[in-house]
Amino acid sequence: MSHHIVQAENLHYTYPDGTVGLNEINFKIHHGESVALVGSNGAGKSTLLLHLIGSLISTKGNIRIGDYPLNRKNLKSVRRSVGMVFQDPDDQLFMPTVFDDVAFGPINLGLPESEVEQRVMQALETVGVSHLVKRSPHKLSGGEKRAVAIATVIATMPDILIMDEPSSNLDPASRRRLINLLKTFTHTKIIATHDLDMAIELCERTIILSNGKIAADGQTKELFQDERLLNMSGLEKPLTMQGCIVCSKQNFIC
Amino acid sequence: MANLQSNLLDMFYMDTIASGETRLHNLDPRAKVMTTLIFVAAVVSFDKYEIAMLIPFFIYPAVMVAWAELPVVYLFKKMVVLMPFAFFIGMFNPVIDTDIILRVDFTDIVTRFIEVMRLVEINTVQDGIWLVEISGGWISFFSIMVRFFLTVGAALILISITGFDSVCVALQKFGVPKPFIVQLMFLYRYMFVLIDEASRMVRARSLRTFDSGSHMSFNLFIPMIGQLLLRTLDRAQRIHLAMCCRGFEGHINMVRKMNFGIHETLFVAVWSFIFIMFRLYNIPVQVGMLVTELFL
Repeated sequence: MSHHIVQAENLHYTYPDGTVGLNEINFKIHHGESVALVGSNGAGKSTLLLHLIGSLISTKGNIRIGDYPLNRKNLKSVRRSVGMVFQDPDDQLFMPTVFDDVAFGPINLGLPESEVEQRVMQALETVGVSHLVKRSPHKLSGGEKRAVAIATVIATMPDILIMDEPSSNLDPASRRRLINLLKTFTHTKIIATHDLDMAIELCERTIILSNGKIAADGQTKELFQDERLLNMSGLEKPLTMQGCIVCSKQNFIC
Repeated sequence: MANLQSNLLDMFYMDTIASGETRLHNLDPRAKVMTTLIFVAAVVSFDKYEIAMLIPFFIYPAVMVAWAELPVVYLFKKMVVLMPFAFFIGMFNPVIDTDIILRVDFTDIVTRFIEVMRLVEINTVQDGIWLVEISGGWISFFSIMVRFFLTVGAALILISITGFDSVCVALQKFGVPKPFIVQLMFLYRYMFVLIDEASRMVRARSLRTFDSGSHMSFNLFIPMIGQLLLRTLDRAQRIHLAMCCRGFEGHINMVRKMNFGIHETLFVAVWSFIFIMFRLYNIPVQVGMLVTELFL
């Protein structure tokens, strides 16, 4: 038995206004796998992520986290093993100080005070922002907010890490730091992103969504070479796989 | 827009002041909250026509400001912004309550002044009765304004030397219901996000209004405020989801090391004693009598 497997079985979801959000979604993500979830705007990435944390419940089919189907009854226990980093850190950081915010999850897990402090410092050190511990979240820069948002999630030690556009709105240096940080994580990772270059670096597997359906599921490097598939899905070959704009030579990643 | 942005920066500054390192800043928040509550209770407990007995209470804000090295002008500006609230509460008092309750007779002083001036052969004014009559309405109006400066000043000083979050934790330790504390904390945290959101909308509007005037028409204001509400609701949903993802079950607990030691006990005891003395004894009258006895 493993709690780290994420499986979608024939998942369907229709919004109350009749819009089809997800249609026949099937995949199985194993322990320690790092999977990129890509697709054009409105392809269903965020809808799928909301299903993985039990915020939306599918109209047909189900999600299995570990050996159990995700439903309202076991939602709380599932959320203990799934950590989600939201796209906008201001949604995630709601406490008065960075310390309080990172401590929020561990306290709710019922940990004793001494261990909460230890977890907070450990999480902040992991993301390299332990100096911000006393600061107010609203005073941090975008990159700092993102790092703290990740710390709030890893402080609860989830088995599965879900991230929605983690590299959006970051400057190149902050983005690089984030990528290097995520490389060190051994969690099962599911990353919804438009940053295909980051997906190449972090995820060996990619699921491409298009109009609520899975257009492709396979090795990242293979899928990103298929220009027809990418075009059909509203995507473009990542910059690192495109030819050099100066010498036109193929700068190919192997 | 500039106003919204500058207000935001202004509020950031409040947080910066609160992170100071004076001994007053380092006192247990509970001591400061308790002292402020006693202070406010003492100030508001006076009769509505009382002014003189309120004056000694200015010692507390003065000492606090000096001790914690707080920026006086900044705090005063904050009070001026809030002043209209107190002003509107008391503005009809002089109209409604017209009974004369205070008569100050300057006749004696004026007569002596005229006599002195005549000695140096200067003719000033005619002899007569110099009487100033003040109605109860004006007295109670000024009393409201004095109380406003004292209580709001004390509250601002409390936040400046403690920090809003620590005040919330202290209130929670005093048994204030948790939902109330959570509301307060969220109000403070998301005030910044709301102002930021609003200022972005106002900026977007102003960049496309060109020279058609800087004032927003009512027709435009309504959809904009509606839009802001929708955005707020949307964000509230996302925040709630983020909280649920980290095990939120209706209450927030915070880890704070608090130590109510000898310094805190002394702080509360000394100030409370002073406030009670100010409340029970009419210090200005006592001082006035003392001075009169000494010099006359």
